[in-house]
Amino acid sequence: MALPTYASPLERVWHYTYLVICGLIFFFLIAPIIVIIPLSFNAEPYFTFTEKMRSFDPDGYSLRWYNNLLTFGMTSADGPRDGRWWADAWANAKWVQAAKNSIIIGFFSTLLATVLGTLAALGLSRPEMPFRRPIMAILISPMIVPLIITATGMFFFYSNPCELLGLFGLPSNCGRLAGTYLGVILAHATLGIPFVIITVTATLVGFDQSLNRAAASLGANPRTTFFRITMPLILPGVISGALFAFVTSFDEVVAVLFIAGPEQQTIPRQMWNGIREQISPAILAVATLLVLFSIALLTTVELLRRRSERIRGLTPQ
Amino acid sequence: MVNSSDPQVATTPVAAAEGRLTTADGKPLAWSLARSQARAKRRAFLLVLPLLAFILITFVVPIGQMLQRSFYNAGFPANMPEISQWFADHPRGADPDDAAWTALANDLQASAEARTIGVVGTRINYDVPGTRSLFTSTGRKVRRGIEPPYREALLEMDEDWGDPRIWSAMREASKPVTGNFYLAAVDRTRADDGSIEQVEPRQRIYVMLFMRTFWLSLLITGLTFLLGFPVAHLLATLPMRKSNLLMILVLLPFWTSLLVRTTSWMVLLQQQGVVNDILVWLGVIGGSQRLQMIYNQTGTIIAMTHILLPFMILPLYSVMRTINPSYVRAARSLGATSWTAFRRIYFPQTLPGLGAGALLVFILAVGYYITPALVGGSSGQLISNMIAMHMTDTLNWSMAAALAALLLASVLILYWLYDRLVGVDNLKLG
Repeated sequence: MALPTYASPLERVWHYTYLVICGLIFFFLIAPIIVIIPLSFNAEPYFTFTEKMRSFDPDGYSLRWYNNLLTFGMTSADGPRDGRWWADAWANAKWVQAAKNSIIIGFFSTLLATVLGTLAALGLSRPEMPFRRPIMAILISPMIVPLIITATGMFFFYSNPCELLGLFGLPSNCGRLAGTYLGVILAHATLGIPFVIITVTATLVGFDQSLNRAAASLGANPRTTFFRITMPLILPGVISGALFAFVTSFDEVVAVLFIAGPEQQTIPRQMWNGIREQISPAILAVATLLVLFSIALLTTVELLRRRSERIRGLTPQ
Repeated sequence: MVNSSDPQVATTPVAAAEGRLTTADGKPLAWSLARSQARAKRRAFLLVLPLLAFILITFVVPIGQMLQRSFYNAGFPANMPEISQWFADHPRGADPDDAAWTALANDLQASAEARTIGVVGTRINYDVPGTRSLFTSTGRKVRRGIEPPYREALLEMDEDWGDPRIWSAMREASKPVTGNFYLAAVDRTRADDGSIEQVEPRQRIYVMLFMRTFWLSLLITGLTFLLGFPVAHLLATLPMRKSNLLMILVLLPFWTSLLVRTTSWMVLLQQQGVVNDILVWLGVIGGSQRLQMIYNQTGTIIAMTHILLPFMILPLYSVMRTINPSYVRAARSLGATSWTAFRRIYFPQTLPGLGAGALLVFILAVGYYITPALVGGSSGQLISNMIAMHMTDTLNWSMAAALAALLLASVLILYWLYDRLVGVDNLKLG
């Protein structure tokens, strides 16, 4: 934002004050996320910069909390780091377990949310779609309804999903979903769906429906049209939607607290326990890894967005 | 629609002779068009149907079922049928007669045999705290046997059975459909004569908690506006290349785990934390007067403002991008000061973005749970935390459902408003 040449001295002063204010707000946004990165290398169990850290003494820094992450929960953490040790870490370390669970649950819930969400977004973007607005409002609502209410509802529902079937004279007991992987996956898919809908419909806003008609008039059946014409064009939107859904699942703790069993310990749940019981700098090591993870995701989404804009720039509006 | 009920007619030459437009195979054009439109409609709907069914089953129905608990609790009448019948037959204020005591003893015995006495006790415990053990212990004794006269026998087992509060609570609980949980959620209760009165001042917590939730959400919305507006304006007026770079500073927090952001505020704000260290080092405060900025309302406000700030910046930014800068220049050239030009020309054009951002931040803030639970201490707890407490600690699920219903109602009103003003399809993420 350039200052016009006719600006008065007062306006100049205000302009630079304004830039300083904006700088401070950017600092407020980013500093809390950056500051935990050096703190996670603290050699002492404190949450502040020690004397040694401030003088950049190498002794003030260590990887002990990262080591701690790997060994926590292992049966023989002190042994030599051979094949057995790594097998032990893979099988028993708490954070490794949590990471495995988070990835499994995240993957399947994302798959479910993306497939259902993309189909629905395709339908919602058609001009003929009946009741478009109310249906859209319902599909977005998992993002709006307070998580605690969603989690409470799921807590009862997942402990006996067939309760309502009893009203129709059907067997009203068909096992539990609470405490199973399937239950958590379904819950996380529900929470991720709004993000898929939002990103995919946004991609479809500029989508030229005549491309589909052109493909059809050239003899392609609907399936070919979808996979050869529509899909490549909306793919960037679908992938960013999927990433949003994955992050939602990867970061979700309330529903997990209410419906997951001890088997489904995820990273956020492990963090939640760690923070509530006694917060150790090991939490900061996890946090640092997660920040790096989100930087990678953000970069991917940004690249996809640019690609999508470029592709869509080619289609006539 | 022409002859839609009888397509055979359309194929006869009569249709063409009457001068109606027909398609190549002789069907009336309007009919064909209507049919193909209906088919397109059905196809679009079929694409949405799987997801709609999924959301209805895994989201809408569970919440509905949960809310049902706020006014429906059959725990008492299902397991104590005789005494429930007695309450139905006798008006409020009637003293328990021999029939009542007999019914009570029979029910207690049956319920203890069926091992459902705990459910009954829990239900009465909602209204008169500390009475669950009265039911379970009496149940144990009754199972060993009870002889008439029942009144004396029960009073012998526990003299609390003579307490009119217990009888009043049992009367309330004997009806499966009740509004009492909603009354309790607004700090009201039913007096012994059935009239509605406020609970004792010490126990009036829910209304205060709702007020606090709304007030803090409003404050946080205001703060995100104050912090978000200048930043969004800067991003919108900078050249694309620079603003894309700065945008990363907004999007990185947005993509970072909520727990990570909350943790970093805990680390920064605690008494031995970085912020206090810097303040002491700067000499703003003495080493012994470190500020308590976390585990109280301040902590909740700071952390939630930080977490919700991107939700304000992004909609503001996307609206500000579309504002034509020549309007402000025109205003200036017509003699307006920069403040007047901002106030009368620029700001009104940002209102759609401001409305969208403010509503979204407020809606999300009202239902916040994780951050207040971790950094809020006791004075920074919101209504969500109370719902969680009733769910996991006191196990008063009906109360949790009633509070959830009130919270949900206010969120849905705001959501409806958002849909009317902004439209859910205009929701943008990054």
